[in-house]
Amino acid sequence: MADLNVGDAIPDLKVTPDKYLTHRYAGASGDFNPIHIDPEFAKAVGLPGTILHGLYMMGLVARANAALADGDPRALKRLSVQFRGMGAPETEIVVSGTVKSVDGDRVVIDTVAAQGDNLTIRNAEAEIQL
Amino acid sequence: MSVKKEAIGKEWPATKYEVGKEKIGEYARVLGIENPVHFDREAAKAAGFRDVVAPPMFAVVYSSPAVGPAMFDSEVGMNFAAMVHGGQEFEWDEPACSGDEITTTAKCLAISEKDGKGFYIFETNAVNQNGDQVVKGTWTCIVRGV
Repeated sequence: MADLNVGDAIPDLKVTPDKYLTHRYAGASGDFNPIHIDPEFAKAVGLPGTILHGLYMMGLVARANAALADGDPRALKRLSVQFRGMGAPETEIVVSGTVKSVDGDRVVIDTVAAQGDNLTIRNAEAEIQL
Repeated sequence: MSVKKEAIGKEWPATKYEVGKEKIGEYARVLGIENPVHFDREAAKAAGFRDVVAPPMFAVVYSSPAVGPAMFDSEVGMNFAAMVHGGQEFEWDEPACSGDEITTTAKCLAISEKDGKGFYIFETNAVNQNGDQVVKGTWTCIVRGV
C-alpha cells in the first residue's frame, strides 16, 4: 500500500492505444458508436478521424488510481470525471494525479488524462480506500 | 428552441445482466489490467472474492443497457448529432463478480439549459442478486445548440 500525503504526485500511467484499440473496447464495452470505429463516418461528422471512447480513458484513470492499492478492485470507491478534449488512437495517453486530501484510510486524488497538451479528461476526482 | 423538461424524474424499466468470467477478462485486457483476480478463479477466491471479480469500470458494461433507453427516449428528446458525453461519476459498493445477476434501474435526474447548451443528467443504480448495492452512476450529456 502506498503511503500518501496531500500534494504527493501519484505514479504516471502511460498507455499508447493502437489503431484497433477502439474496436476492442467497443467489443468489450458494447459501445459501437461509429465515431469510434469508422474513420469515414467520423470524418463525415467533422472529426479528424476515429476518436477514443471517453469511458476507455476513464477506465485508464480508474486503473491509475487502483494501482495505488496494488490494483485491488475494492479500493476505488468513487470516480467523477469531465470529458473535454477528444482522444485519438496511436497517441500516448498520460494519466497523472495529485493527492488532494487524506482522511484516515480515505484518499482523494485529482487526476487528469492528457495527450500532449490536449487534456482529454480533467477535473477527475478519485476516492480510494487504502 | 429550448429543452423539454417533462422527462425529469422519469424512470425506465430495470435491466438484468449476468456477469461472466470471460467478459470480465476481455474488459480487463482491453484496459491493460493484469491483476489475476480478474482472470483466475483461484486467485480471486484467495483474495477474498466469491469468484473472478470485475474491475470497477466494468460498471459501464452492465449499466449502459439501462441508461441507453433513457438517453434515446423521445420524451427526453436529445439531439444525438449534437450530443457529447460531458461527465461521468460512479460510486462503488459491493464488487461485481462472475455469476452475479445485476439489476440496474435508470432515472432522469435533471434537464437544464445554459448558454445554448442542454444538460441532461441521468442516474443508474445497480444491485446484485442478494440485494447488495453495487454501483450508482451519474451520466451527464451535453447537447449543443438547443
